[in-house]
Amino acid sequence: MKRRTFLANSAVAGTALATGLAGRAMAASDPLKVGFIYVGVPGDGGWTYQHNLAKQAVEKHYGDKVKTSVIENVPEGADAERALTQLALAGNKLIFATSFGFMDPTINVAKKFPKVNFEMCTGYKSAPNVSNYSGRFYEGRAVCGAIAGQMTKSNKIGYIASFPIPEVIRGINAAYINAKRVNPDAEIKVVWVYTWFDPAKEADAAQALINEGVDVLMQHTDSTAAMAVAKKAGIVAFGQDSDMSAFAPTPRISALIDNWTPYYIKRVGDMMNGSWKAENVWYGLKEGMVQVGEITDAVPAKVKAHALDLEAKIKAGTYHTFEGPLNKQDGSVWLKKGEVADDGALAGLNFYVEGIQGKIPS
Amino acid sequence: MLRLEKRAAPSRFWTVVTPILAVVATMLAGGLLFALLGKPPFEAIRVIFWEPLFGANTAYTLPQLLVKAGPLILIAVGLSLGFRAGIWNIGAEGQYIIGAICGAAVALAFYPAAHWYIFPLMVIAGGLGGWAWAMIPAILKNRFGTNEILVSLMLVYVAENILSWVSFGPLRNPQGYGFPGSRNLQNYPSAHNADLIPNSGLHWGVVTAFLAVIAAYVLLNRHRLGYQIRVAGQAPRAARFAGVSPQRLVSFCLGTSGALAGLAGLFEVAGPSGQLSPDFNTGYGFTAIIVAFLGRLHPVGILLAGFLMALTYIGGEMAQLSLNLPSAAIQAFQGMLLFFLLAFDVLSNYRIRAKENAK
Repeated sequence: MKRRTFLANSAVAGTALATGLAGRAMAASDPLKVGFIYVGVPGDGGWTYQHNLAKQAVEKHYGDKVKTSVIENVPEGADAERALTQLALAGNKLIFATSFGFMDPTINVAKKFPKVNFEMCTGYKSAPNVSNYSGRFYEGRAVCGAIAGQMTKSNKIGYIASFPIPEVIRGINAAYINAKRVNPDAEIKVVWVYTWFDPAKEADAAQALINEGVDVLMQHTDSTAAMAVAKKAGIVAFGQDSDMSAFAPTPRISALIDNWTPYYIKRVGDMMNGSWKAENVWYGLKEGMVQVGEITDAVPAKVKAHALDLEAKIKAGTYHTFEGPLNKQDGSVWLKKGEVADDGALAGLNFYVEGIQGKIPS
Repeated sequence: MLRLEKRAAPSRFWTVVTPILAVVATMLAGGLLFALLGKPPFEAIRVIFWEPLFGANTAYTLPQLLVKAGPLILIAVGLSLGFRAGIWNIGAEGQYIIGAICGAAVALAFYPAAHWYIFPLMVIAGGLGGWAWAMIPAILKNRFGTNEILVSLMLVYVAENILSWVSFGPLRNPQGYGFPGSRNLQNYPSAHNADLIPNSGLHWGVVTAFLAVIAAYVLLNRHRLGYQIRVAGQAPRAARFAGVSPQRLVSFCLGTSGALAGLAGLFEVAGPSGQLSPDFNTGYGFTAIIVAFLGRLHPVGILLAGFLMALTYIGGEMAQLSLNLPSAAIQAFQGMLLFFLLAFDVLSNYRIRAKENAK
């Protein structure tokens, strides 16, 4: 009962606020106000850094026609709800919520501000004014995995994993499948660090993997700490989120890059010409939301050519990592020969494919 | 030349004035910091302290002050009891987490049944959870003489790992596509800690915080136990001769502060936050330490300090929005508050004298 009254009242309040804002927006050619909330700070050099690059690109592209605002370092939960509301109250018409943990708060705030549109990064809950967008990072991970499989001499690839969620498990599987396809002896060793950004923990994990004989390092965490450890140990590694080109040509031999720029520019443009609609997009290498960073000269020409070819095939849609025959870790059949995993299966992926050692923590 | 002369007893005047001085000094130093960052200092200070209280959107920001200040006050009141007696619970963050987990677990065990008694049960579970977590350092201190500062702090990290485990494991939302985090209790009416008056920000946690302030005031001023707490802090040896049992005091102070922190966690997870997730805790337990000292370990002072701290959070966000101040500058600003407070505390414990025979 309490809940119902609460909803009804907030809906009334929200509508009142929204109509007030709509009135204000009609005052001729004001710039379009676009808001962002970040889970970290642009200085992280990874996840938030890339979102901030895209924000800057939007500013550059549209000049005076947009005005952006940002709230940084927003904890996921109640604080996110307040930050989003503040952005909406401040007159922002399009708001980018750039972390998975902002999903429920975004849905709540979207209900109260039906005239404001929201872009929810990596979310899955829909509403008439909430879009979800994410990258098919596993496509880039596939290319990195193929390079890793050919670069390893010890046949041990190290993988620093953050949290056991489908996004991360998909990346491990994609890397392993493609390493295995070029090097049947390749093994993957996974360390779970339970954080997206913690340089000390990431460095420790990298060192532990190196002590186990790993000579190629991949990561699904945001900092460059593992890169520094790899450099000291004289092994190679892949950048994550951002290019991490400061570590090129070695240890950083390539990178998996999140590139939000084209999408942000397009969605802001959609707002300007009135064609914005709520939708769910999952863009990959083809659309440029996922990119493979420049492959350095530390990689033999033959390996590089193979990687570029693989990237081209993925873009063209002629190659798919999750195409059978593929078995689950327990040996049971997942995909029959020629069968390709659909997006639903990939979105909820919660198991390793056959050949990966170790268990997914639960 | 100036020199410091220790006062026989802390100055009452300066005890009250130093927090105000600290706020003023923070404004000055903060303004300087903002100016160095190329932002208009007066405008920034105005946005932080004025805008949430008297700005354009007070219908939203005033209730949010309650939401933000509630857990800070509730936790800080509990901490202040121990701090007065020289018992240092640094682990309120962990007790907050455990309280939230226990409370949410009760709710999720009943889901989706609708009963009036679910929320009261959650409150009990939340308080008990926080109490139990704080009793670990209390028992270890009483039995083995371990240092409660270290034990309570370390247990924060244990609690964080338990939080992560339950968010991925037993309490994970079965309809959450494998993503970490529990069901959202805001969508479960029997468990939802909703605003008592819609959109007022006044939920049960805020009410409990106010009650805790009153209870602590009565305890400290009218009750024997409160007297013992004060004596134990000021003169531990005298306290022992007066028949105060240090063990009992340790158990009471740690247990109470743990229970209040646990309640804060429960009200947060059932209300503003809605769900347990690996990132559920956002530092209330640590910020409350600042609030407790800023409030001079006095219940009414803590009430005011809690609101001041909440103001800097909400105003800080508004300053980020309207002036593009980086969040780190806001955090530095909040940190200065404690720094200046501790620095000015010299004045309440010492007297400044001009040195007569310098050389």
